[in-house]
Amino acid sequence: MAVYDDELMESLGEKAKVIRKHVVKMIFTAGSGHPGGSLSAVDILTTLYFHKFLDSACKKGEREPIMNYDPKNPGWEDRDRFILSKGHAAPALYAVLAEAGYFEKKVLLDFLKDKNDEMYENVKKEKVFGVDLLMHLRKLGFPLQGHPDMNKTPGIEASTGSEGQGLSIGCGQALAAKLDRKLYHIFVMIGDGEMDCGQIWEAAMSAAHFKLDNLIAILDRNKLQLDGPTEQIMSLEPVPDKWQAFGWQVIEIDGHNFKEILSALDAAKEVKGKPMLIVAHTVKGKGVSFMEGAVGFHGKAPNEEQYKQAIEELGG
Amino acid sequence: MAKMKMDSQRKAFATTLVELGGERSDIVVLNADLSSSTKTIEFANVFPERHYNFGIAEQNMMSTAAGLAAAGKTVFVSTFAVFGTGRVYDQIRQSIAYPNLNVKIVVTHAGITVGGDGATHQITEDIALMMVLPNMTVIVPADAVETAKAIKAAAEWDGPVCVRLGRADVPTITAEKDSFEIGKASILRKGKDVTLIGTGIMVSVCLDAAEELKKEGVDARVINMSTIKPIDEDALGKAAVETGAIVTAEEHNVEMGMGTAISMVIAEKKHVPMKRVGIPDVFGESGSSDELMEKYGLTVKNIVNAAHDVLRRKDKLSRLQLMSKRLKKSEKKREIKKKEKRKPKPKKGKKSK
Repeated sequence: MAVYDDELMESLGEKAKVIRKHVVKMIFTAGSGHPGGSLSAVDILTTLYFHKFLDSACKKGEREPIMNYDPKNPGWEDRDRFILSKGHAAPALYAVLAEAGYFEKKVLLDFLKDKNDEMYENVKKEKVFGVDLLMHLRKLGFPLQGHPDMNKTPGIEASTGSEGQGLSIGCGQALAAKLDRKLYHIFVMIGDGEMDCGQIWEAAMSAAHFKLDNLIAILDRNKLQLDGPTEQIMSLEPVPDKWQAFGWQVIEIDGHNFKEILSALDAAKEVKGKPMLIVAHTVKGKGVSFMEGAVGFHGKAPNEEQYKQAIEELGG
Repeated sequence: MAKMKMDSQRKAFATTLVELGGERSDIVVLNADLSSSTKTIEFANVFPERHYNFGIAEQNMMSTAAGLAAAGKTVFVSTFAVFGTGRVYDQIRQSIAYPNLNVKIVVTHAGITVGGDGATHQITEDIALMMVLPNMTVIVPADAVETAKAIKAAAEWDGPVCVRLGRADVPTITAEKDSFEIGKASILRKGKDVTLIGTGIMVSVCLDAAEELKKEGVDARVINMSTIKPIDEDALGKAAVETGAIVTAEEHNVEMGMGTAISMVIAEKKHVPMKRVGIPDVFGESGSSDELMEKYGLTVKNIVNAAHDVLRRKDKLSRLQLMSKRLKKSEKKREIKKKEKRKPKPKKGKKSK
């Protein structure tokens, strides 16, 4: 088991703060979006995407990155894939992709050139590349849709947003990898509200049936859904037991503790013969005091005063 | 009708899939506990590693198909039409059609001719559901020969396709040598008085109706509209201009299917008398295929009656047109006479210029 130093934890923490600030700013600027479920996912996303850049052992080539990808080549066949099944947390994913380099001028324009003439022209004309693109969230004629779209945004592996479908899509990609004898992994983040959907359990059953050990699901267990606490709306517990009974390897972690996230992801990649679920206990709205655990911020943008306070809390 | 060779569309589908599987390693096949019914079991027998059975979990199957397609596979998904369209409409919409992925949904047991299973298994609104989806192509082959061609064309097509097949054997009315192109209708019988447009099993019924009409001296054109979307507007425009009357026939809810799609084109392109034949806006029931077709109006007689109706209207229309032409002519004559009367007589001593 790899040993991770404190320096890495610190730099992941710094990066997560930057991502959180982007998220709050994006949703405030757009005037709508889902801050709660975006913020709860930030530490996991940051670990997945930035271990590659921030771990000194990784940089020296002594260690494999948790997620192997090349932002300059989004279509690289052997890349690891990440699917955000809880598509409403798109702002967090967009912020991560921007920081990772997916929205750099050449990458973005090459991607859009083949897929969407109108967006290609708009992006080129307005010169919105890199993190600048983030302030065009949900804007007409620009790539960052309210929910992820694989044909409009580089780095998006599946068009999601209708809850419950991303895990199945991940199963499909995992089956394709097996068929092609490729070694890439598919990481799928699911939300806990999504577990109400029958399709999640269909996918869980089939992933175990097809022995998809290249599939790693991460449950963002923030315990709240749009209408209230998950256990009040539709009881989900005992979550680990249910997935184990479906044939999955399950591990529970603190979804805001980088060491635990890293170890769990490492362990998941070692599992053979079955898929693995990481139950990441998180706090909805994490990082902004008045959004933490607040159902009201599931799908509501902060007002100006709240926005200022949030940015201040996140280090200005 | 003369005795025709009867063949199974499902069998043609299965044979073609095996053929394609041998030619292309990117072809994978998914089914939901119905591989013996949809016949994809034949593919599974030859290429077991490229065939996946999802059990009775069509939603998962559809989104998994999207994932396989996103990773470069050409995916054939097969189940009954009622489960492969209605039950999974959202998965098709969100996971497949919206991202425009290479998933080919081949549904069998469509329409009322499913027979004994009854209304729960007789989907008569699947064409409507698929037709309304952006990026989706909808094909309803007329017989087994055309099914094979449609499956090959679907495999070549870039993007999602829905191919609708029936359960029962159907008369073979197209030939191997006939060309097949997605989006192109074919004329199976030339005619100038009225056009009968059929899709799926109703094409052969249209041919029979044309024979009946011939006995009355009516020269009916028969078109096989095997692609419902994108619909062949050129063929429709020509039919309207050249025959001046259109009848459509489909094994589908008549309120919102191929006939509806055609009526929209006709209304906007060249307005001529038109009548739609199909299943009324009701659910079906158990019975044999033949009994159900009779009871729900999918008959030669209904198509012939519809042809009579449009021909009457066409006739009335042409008489009206003739009358109005004559009227205009006589009005013109009168105008000329009036003008001549009004013309001032040239005055003496003045030169005109």
